[in-house]
This record gives sequence, structure tokens and C-alpha cells, in this order.
Amino acid sequence: MVTITLLGMNHRTAPVEIREQLALACHDQDTSLQFHGQIKHVEEIFFLSTCNRVEFLFTTHDRDLGCREVKALLETYLGGTERLTLDPHLYIFQDLDAVQHVFRVAASLDSMIVGEPQILGQLKTAYREATRHRTSGVVLNRLLHKAFSVAKRVRSETQIGSYAVSVSYAAVELARKIFGEIHDKQVLLIGAGEMAELAAEHLLNQGVKKLLVSNRTLERALDLAKRFRATTIPFEHALDALKDVDIVLSSTGSPEPIISYTDVKNRMRERRNRPLFFIDIAVPRDIDPKVNQIDNVYLYDIDDLQGIILLNKAERRKEAERAEHIVTMETLNFQNWLQTLEVFPTIVALRQKTEGIRRAQLEKTFSQLPHLDERTRQAIEVLTESIVNKVLHDPIIFLKKKAQRNSKQLFVDFTQQLFDLSNHSPPAEGSSLDSLED
Amino acid sequence: MQAIFYIIATACYLIGTVGYLIYLMRNRSFIHWLSWSALLLGGLCHGAAIVLQSLHLGHLAVTNSQEALSFFTWILVCTYLIAQLRLNLRILGSFVSPLAFIFMIISSMIQSHVVSNTEIFQSGWVVFHVTALFLANALFALAFCAAVMYLLQERQIKHKQFGYLYRRLPSLDRLDEINFLCLIIGFPLMTAGLLAGFAYASSVWRSPWRWDPKEIFALITWFIYAILFHERLAVGWRGRRAAWLAIFGFSAVLITFLGVNLVLKGHHTLFVM
Repeated sequence: MVTITLLGMNHRTAPVEIREQLALACHDQDTSLQFHGQIKHVEEIFFLSTCNRVEFLFTTHDRDLGCREVKALLETYLGGTERLTLDPHLYIFQDLDAVQHVFRVAASLDSMIVGEPQILGQLKTAYREATRHRTSGVVLNRLLHKAFSVAKRVRSETQIGSYAVSVSYAAVELARKIFGEIHDKQVLLIGAGEMAELAAEHLLNQGVKKLLVSNRTLERALDLAKRFRATTIPFEHALDALKDVDIVLSSTGSPEPIISYTDVKNRMRERRNRPLFFIDIAVPRDIDPKVNQIDNVYLYDIDDLQGIILLNKAERRKEAERAEHIVTMETLNFQNWLQTLEVFPTIVALRQKTEGIRRAQLEKTFSQLPHLDERTRQAIEVLTESIVNKVLHDPIIFLKKKAQRNSKQLFVDFTQQLFDLSNHSPPAEGSSLDSLED
Repeated sequence: MQAIFYIIATACYLIGTVGYLIYLMRNRSFIHWLSWSALLLGGLCHGAAIVLQSLHLGHLAVTNSQEALSFFTWILVCTYLIAQLRLNLRILGSFVSPLAFIFMIISSMIQSHVVSNTEIFQSGWVVFHVTALFLANALFALAFCAAVMYLLQERQIKHKQFGYLYRRLPSLDRLDEINFLCLIIGFPLMTAGLLAGFAYASSVWRSPWRWDPKEIFALITWFIYAILFHERLAVGWRGRRAAWLAIFGFSAVLITFLGVNLVLKGHHTLFVM
């Protein structure tokens, strides 16, 4: 009886030192999948390693032995001595729990930042590795493909990925709602705080081409300009830039506002009323709050942005609940498929037996009728095949249907007796399961 | 025959409107596709009805309020269908389709009087006058919808209170751009349509201007859009103020178009009554 097991650790169960050690070790070996051959009791294996998680997903006939082997695999990478510290950080999921966990990971419900989209890509890359090393088989192939489609469903049916939950993201999202495209917009960074720099960096990553930097100390400004490949402007002339730039990020240590209502108001006509977006991250604030009253000017301070983030987090929690529901449903669907695995050896035995009979009878017939030409032989071949398939069709469908019932063993036994399958050799594992897909 | 087409068209517009309202709530491509197709089908049936009616009358079927409003609705739907293909701003449909449906219903409720065919209606000038003005009005209706969307979105961003629509509505810049686009095409069309009207009036009634209420209101409407046109191009007006003026302008269009037809009398209403 094949069981699915997932063994691993993530950002919740293991401190970063252990995760990075493990991820590093596994990457050093190119990929742990190459060692598939060393673990005797594991049939299929899939390995995922990101900065927040390290996980092994595998199928085995002997759960305890399989787990022990995979753990041993981990330990050899970490040099044996780590054994004591590793165990408390590991989680092990089995069968449906493992399936559900894989679906949750793919749907980004188990991520540190719930809804972040990278994990699906990482999962796909890891899967590609597994197929390259031929370590995944029928069960894991099916499971992972299903995981990808669950992730897609969650993404299209919920809004889980569309809420900005950091200051930088919230600022960029707002800029998008004001300007639409932001790549042709100019950004002015006044002063230098960590958060403002982060926001500037994020804007550049999102395609903003032109960044101006202005700082009281020229040294710092040059520093920033170099880092962001930006132009510097003297601090005293920062206000003059207001007629050209579109987004102003401000975080100086000034005790008083550095941009007043009239500073902006007087420049709007010159700007021909093009929208101007101020992001004031400084405390105390750099920009007079009244600036927000000017037409086509939008001012957000740090509290406004935090407010958006708070709201978005609440929204995202709601979306995550809907996503969990989808995952649960899909897990149940997968269970149905898994259960057909149990009746499958019987189906294969049935097919093998009838195929054997067919072949034997054909040979007998052909040897008695040597004058038959090739076309006739082929026609007879096809005829016998289709008769066998048609006869077997209903019993096989019946068995697959009963596979979802608790009483399936009864039907399996009955079929075995009815067709006398007991003395028939059980099918070889890998090859036989391939036809289960239909 | 026309009546059947009218009913099918109205039903299609209703389906399109409901679809677009659902689309506003649920962002699914196929809902948009269905609604758009419903409007397209409605537009085709409506067009067929207008053609049949015009053939039956012997002139373009715009001579009473019912026909005029129905013709305007048809132009509005066509304009939206084409605008959607060019602009690909799906959510605009959620605002335009209810407008079209309401106009269609009003049109069907107006008592219609068959106006006897006179030579006045036979001229190509009338066709040009009516089509150009209706097209301009349809564009102003789109501008009106974009302006409403702009104000809704601007309010949320300015007051930092974000409702459901914040996510569904496009960026302010996009909406303002659409508003501008409709104005820049609509205003010259309106001007041309009015000039054609004056020219034709002076040939028929020997005077281009007869203090007809519709003429007065049309001129007021023209002035509103002229101000908007000028301020946008020369001074760089945009955003909230431009949006309000677009709404104001379209209200004037409605008064000129419906209010005057239904309430006041004049030579435009002479044949309307």
C-alpha cells in the first residue's frame, strides 16, 4: 500500500540558521534527488528548497523506514552532528495531510508573506528537477500537477495576491492608481531614511526610469545617487524640481515641514495640473498636510500608508479563508483518485490475465490457419482486442467506482475470486501504474 | 417587424446591463465577453429596426422624440462597442450599459406620433445634422461615465478611504485621458452638426436662428463644452474640475435633447408633437 509522506521544515518551525544550513547543503550537492538510488524504501521523491522552507515529498511502502531514510539523507548533508537539533524543527505529514500541505504551499497559504507569488515558480522549478532526475512517478506527477492547478484556481478565484502589505508596495500601488503607468514618471527623493530608500528602490524595480536625489549633506546624496544611478540636486533647489517630478518621497529629519501649501499651489499651474503624488515618510512630517487639499495633488503620510496596510492585511485574511476552502475541496477530490490506487493492482491483474488468454488463443488460431495474409491477421488482432476491452470495460468502471467506498476490499476479493486472479503474479510497480491516468 | 426587433434589442440591452453590473462585482473575463456580445446583438437588432422604420417612413427615423431617443441609444451603444475595442476599458461598460438601457426604456414609454413625411426631412443635411450631433452626444455620454468613475476614484484616493470600487476602477490618469479623448472628438463633431443645422435652417426657413428653445439650449451646451475644450487645451485643466464640467455638460445635453422635446415647444418640437 503506497503512502504519501511529506517531511520538512519551514519559517515557522525552524530558525533561519538551520534552514539556510540545510538549503545550502542541499544545493551544494547540486540536488539531493541524485541520491534517490541510495534510499531503498522510497519510490518517488520530490525536493523543494526555498529560503523559507526545505521539504521532501515522497511515496513509500514502508512509512517508518522511508522516513528514517530521508532523515538520514538530511543528516548526512548536515554532517551527522546536527541530529539532535534537527528533530524538533521537522514536521511530518502523511497521506491527505501531506496532499493538503502541498496544495497550501503551492497556493502560497503557507508562505511567510501569504499570497506572495514566487513560491509557485519555485515549486515548478523543483518539479522540473525531479522529472529531470526521473524521481517522480505516477503519484507525485499527479499530485504536483494538481497542486499547480489548485494554485492557479486560488489565484484566479480569490484576491489573495492583490493586497499590498508593506509601505513600499502600498506606495507603488497608489502611484499606479493615480498615474496608471509609472515607468515614464520622475521620482524625487528628499532626505534619506531607510524606508524611503526601500520605497525608492521598489519604484525603480517597478520600472521608474528617472530618480532625483536631494539631501542636506551632499556626501549622502552622492552616495544614494550612485546606488540608484540617480541625479542629485542641491537641497535648496529641491522645491524647483516640483514642476517636473511626479512622485515625491520625503523623509528628512527636519523638525518643521519643508514643503508648504503655497509651495505646491503656486507650481501647479506651471505643471499644467499634472498630478503630483507626495509620500511623506518622515516623523515629524515634512509636508504640510493641507497640501492634500490642492486639486490633482495627493499626499500620503506614514500613518495613511500603515492604515492601508492594516486594511489590506484584514482583506487578505478573508481571501485566505476562501483559498483554504478551495484547498480542502481539492484535497478531497485528490483523495478519490488516491483510493483508486488500491483497486488498481486488481485491475491490472485482470487486464494481464485476459491479455494472456487472448494472445494464447490467437497464436493457436494463427498456427492452424497459416495461409492468412497480413491484413487479415491484423484485422483479427484488432477484433480480439476490442472484444476483450469491451467485456472488461464495465467491471473496471465498477471497481473504480467502488474504490471510493469502505467496502472496496470486498469487491476486490470478489473480483479476484471470480476471475481467479490469485495465482496471477502481481504487476510490476512502475510500469503498471502508468495507465492509471485515464 | 420593427417592433419585434425593438423588443429583442431592449432585452439584449437588459442582459448586457445586468451582465456588466455582475462584472462590476465579479472580475471574470467571460462575464464581460457575454455582456459585450449581448450589447452587440442588441445593437444589431436595434440597427435593423431603425433601418426598417426609416424605409417605412421614407426618411431617417428621428422625427419624433421616441425615434430620436431610440436612435441616440443606438449610436451610444455602437460608440461604446467600438470604444471598448479601441480602449479596452471593460469596466466602462458597467456605467454605459445602464445608461443605454434607461434611454431605451424611456424611449419606449414616450407616446409616439407618426409624423407625416415632408420634404424637410428628405435632405442629406438633416441626416448629417442629426448623426453628427448624436455621435457627439454619445461621446459626451462616455465622457460623462468616465467622469463619474473619475470622481468616485478620486474621492477614495483623496480621502484615503478605499471601498470595493477602488480595486475595480482604473487609474485616474486613464479616466482623465478617456474624458479628454471623448471631448477632443466630440466637440468638433458637435460644432459641425450645429453648423449644418444652422445652414439648413437658413435654407428652409430663410433664417439660421429663430429663438427656438432647442436652439438656445443647444447653444448653451455648446458654450459649456467650448469652455471645457479651451481650458483643457490652453490652461491644462484636468482631473476633478474637468470631470465636473463633463458631467455638467452632459446634463445640458440631456436638457436640450429630452427636456426641450418633452416640455417646451418650438420648431424642433413642431414635428415632434
